[in-house]
Amino acid sequence: MFLIGIVTEGTVNGVGREHAIEAEGLVKEFGETLAVDDVSFAVPRGTVLGLLGPNGAGKTTTVRMMTTLTKPTRGTARVAGHDVLADPAAVRRSMGLTGQSATVDELLTGRENIWLIGSLYGLDKATVDRVGGELLERFSLTGAADRVVKTYSGGMRRRLDLAVSLVATPPVLFLDEPTTGLDPRSRVELWDVLRDLVEDGTTLLLTTQYLEEADQLADDIVVIDRGKVIAQGTPLELKDASGKAALVVTVSRAEDLGAAVERVRSAGLEAHVEEAARRITAPADGLSDVTRIASIFDGSGIEIDDLGLQRPSLDDVFLNLTGHRAEEVDGDAMDGDAHDGQEVPA
Amino acid sequence: MSHTEHGAIERPEIRHTTLWHQSVTIFRRNLIHIKRMPEMLLDVTIQPVMFVLLFAFVFGGAISVGAPAGYREWLLGGIMGQTIAFASFIVAVGLTADIDKGIVDRFRSLPINPAAILVGRSMSSITHSFIGIIVMSLTGLVVGWRIRGSVLEALAAYGLLLLWGFAMIWVGILVGSAMRSVEAVNGVMFTTMFPLTFLSNAFAPSEKMGTVLRAIAEWNPISALVQAVRELWGNTGPAPADSHLPMQHPVLFTILWTVGITAVVAPLALRTFRNRTLQ
Repeated sequence: MFLIGIVTEGTVNGVGREHAIEAEGLVKEFGETLAVDDVSFAVPRGTVLGLLGPNGAGKTTTVRMMTTLTKPTRGTARVAGHDVLADPAAVRRSMGLTGQSATVDELLTGRENIWLIGSLYGLDKATVDRVGGELLERFSLTGAADRVVKTYSGGMRRRLDLAVSLVATPPVLFLDEPTTGLDPRSRVELWDVLRDLVEDGTTLLLTTQYLEEADQLADDIVVIDRGKVIAQGTPLELKDASGKAALVVTVSRAEDLGAAVERVRSAGLEAHVEEAARRITAPADGLSDVTRIASIFDGSGIEIDDLGLQRPSLDDVFLNLTGHRAEEVDGDAMDGDAHDGQEVPA
Repeated sequence: MSHTEHGAIERPEIRHTTLWHQSVTIFRRNLIHIKRMPEMLLDVTIQPVMFVLLFAFVFGGAISVGAPAGYREWLLGGIMGQTIAFASFIVAVGLTADIDKGIVDRFRSLPINPAAILVGRSMSSITHSFIGIIVMSLTGLVVGWRIRGSVLEALAAYGLLLLWGFAMIWVGILVGSAMRSVEAVNGVMFTTMFPLTFLSNAFAPSEKMGTVLRAIAEWNPISALVQAVRELWGNTGPAPADSHLPMQHPVLFTILWTVGITAVVAPLALRTFRNRTLQ
């Protein structure tokens, strides 16, 4: 177990060192069950925090506490400087939430869903029409805008759900597993939209069980398992802490493998050989080792398919921290109950 | 979804809105539901009309009442009472569905007064029930029901039905917040509301019931309402002298019952709703 302090350098709009989201010792008990156990973290303005953990780790309950939907048993949180316990109304004015189960209204059309939330945010009809039209366009929903949501696919519902949360573009957005159930293409598209939002100054907190997603989007990652924070830091810090990077060399011809291994060893590196893959891996310190090895092979007559530095994946990090892989915990058993706040440690 | 095409993201200002504005928005959303699923109105249209026809033509001959135009005219006040009592059912089903689908969570994450969820739901449910009252009035006119009192008295009867509907909203919020699914609401409401409306003077005169049953029927709050609207519409004379107190003063007792039900159920309903949605 290790903890890495998050460097706080919010610089959006010239406001330095300001946190858009802070969790302070959040605890949530459901009867005898401790769903969230002393969770603390801070998210600088205009950055993305990935709350990473398997199903049932306490992610949804943590988000529900920070978005005023559930009262913490102990501890508190602040969103855009407002305390969730002392001033929940101000918190709700500063944030948007896209829940785990797409909570759009099935009997309304896409456009009507946007109107509904826009109107509750106090936007006038002209603004809702204009902003809503842009959002529908951006999420490829223009053609389906006047169709009842009941006829939408799962991916369309999720996109509409996000569009609805964005109608007033709140400065802080909570997204609970925004891409769960999306096909790879829709997922990448959604990531693009989220990057745009962040570029524009929005602070994002997203929960995910996909390590790739956290790696792609998050500036900082908080890993929680069984209600507890077990690690936090940037994706790079987490990977570094999980083990050294590896130099990987793949030779083109199997008969060159022996000569290549000798050269790597002569450079002072400890080489491991995978004969079938014609691949040599060696723990390396960084790019300097890569350039050193590259120059050794240059002009040696050994043909190289691939040479590079491989960092441990977040998958490795997760396995290292929890002893189990992120996506193989208890299947999807907890999914359906999440909006009831019944998330229980697995 | 090409993110390269658009410019800076517009940030419209989130403005403070009144409880009224929020409630009306949610009310309009609920009306869209009725528009999209007109079959939601079956409970206040086809169903009571069937009741009128079944009771009027099947039992009509067997039950003698003191109404000027016979059983059919007398029956209508009873069916109206039953229809408005079922307003609680309509509130409960709508609220449970919204909680269950996460819509209430979404509303609660917005900068609005959570009461708007209940006020909007109540407004649409009363509208729903009153569509039924209008359909019933028209059906009544077809089968021979007439308003024989003054216009003022007739309006007072409709006013009492509306008042009763407001009391029923609280029952609906209580049941809707306590139950975990629409199916559970259906089960609870059918097994309580049907006996409750039948154990009254809605379909058969209470005077002819046995002593114990008669006492239960005449003290049943629905009976006071039904007796009141019948008297105000001139569909029946005053209750006989030997009937229980609520039958002697039906208008007064209707008001007392609605105030009483509201006073007892409203705090309970609000607490249950809060506990359910803020767990």
